[in-house]
Amino acid sequence: MRDEHLILRVMMKVLFAPIILFAFYVQFHGDYGPGGGFQAGVIFAVAFILHGLIYGVGATRRALPQGALTAMMAVGVFLYAGTGAVTMLLGRNLLAYDALVPNSTHHAGQHYGILVVEFGVGMAVAATMLTIFYHFAGREPEIRDEDW
Amino acid sequence: MIVDPGFAIVAVAAVDLALLTLLLVVAWQMLQSRQLFAVVMLSGIYSLLSAAFFVSLDAVDVAFTEAAVGAGISTVLMLSAMLLTARREKPLKVGRAPVGLIAVLIVGAALFYASIDMPAFGDPNAPANAYVGQAYVDRTPNEIGVPNIVTAVLASYRGFDTLGETLVVFTAGVAVMLLLGVGSPRGGRAVSDPDAGNQLEGGQAQGGARPERDA
Repeated sequence: MRDEHLILRVMMKVLFAPIILFAFYVQFHGDYGPGGGFQAGVIFAVAFILHGLIYGVGATRRALPQGALTAMMAVGVFLYAGTGAVTMLLGRNLLAYDALVPNSTHHAGQHYGILVVEFGVGMAVAATMLTIFYHFAGREPEIRDEDW
Repeated sequence: MIVDPGFAIVAVAAVDLALLTLLLVVAWQMLQSRQLFAVVMLSGIYSLLSAAFFVSLDAVDVAFTEAAVGAGISTVLMLSAMLLTARREKPLKVGRAPVGLIAVLIVGAALFYASIDMPAFGDPNAPANAYVGQAYVDRTPNEIGVPNIVTAVLASYRGFDTLGETLVVFTAGVAVMLLLGVGSPRGGRAVSDPDAGNQLEGGQAQGGARPERDA
């Protein structure tokens, strides 16, 4: 039944990898250009949402199950809060990243801290967006053609 | 390529005017349409247009977020939420329209009046640019060493705020899981509703127990 959307299905296969790649670029290039964890997480989720719109949410759920998303949500927040806890254990304030690499001449601690924290944000946002999408879209398996 | 500054100013103003006019047109169409699918699609277009306008205001990070979240995710979420309800908006009750119109006119006039006192765009002495903003611009190269000052503010200076935002996102995900149910028999799966005349092939949902019916 879904074979009729041939162009969409082929385009999805072409676009999926570049979208994921762009998400990682936005994630790890956030220090230097526009972007960061929030945007990267959303772009990452968009790739899977497109997959879900075209192949049905069931197929997407098999590729990336809800269990993994729930874990990703928790790990993302844990990475962020954990960085804050580590800087406190090293004797500085919460999220004072300079404690990570003391006596650095080029703010290495700040760079590592921001990288880890943004990665946590990206993970939590991507997992949350997909969780919300799964729960809303999963109630109606696919969009009927007459609804478009 | 060197562009004549006078021409650049006119060109930027023309682009801004075009974008704002399109925003108005799209907003008006959204008000007019009773078809929910069209409204959802128009709201995505509205977000994309505002993202373009943010780029024109040099707020690239905001534009990026607006394009990804406003035009991308929210459109899809609204679309999937729309599938759970009727496709058309209920007809408008005409009787209440004047009250709303008067309220909108008063608030709109107040906003126009307030905009007279707003500092000019890009004014270095504007409060938004002068005190804390200026301090971030001055201190980021020495304290953080990150080229993108927005990231420095977001992840380092205001790291605690961003932790809170991440927790808000996390809470939203948990709330959706709790409300729509991740472990319940029908949670996240196809719902078969006999009244809707929309029977799905063979009992995905019929097989499991239906506690909310038994209760």
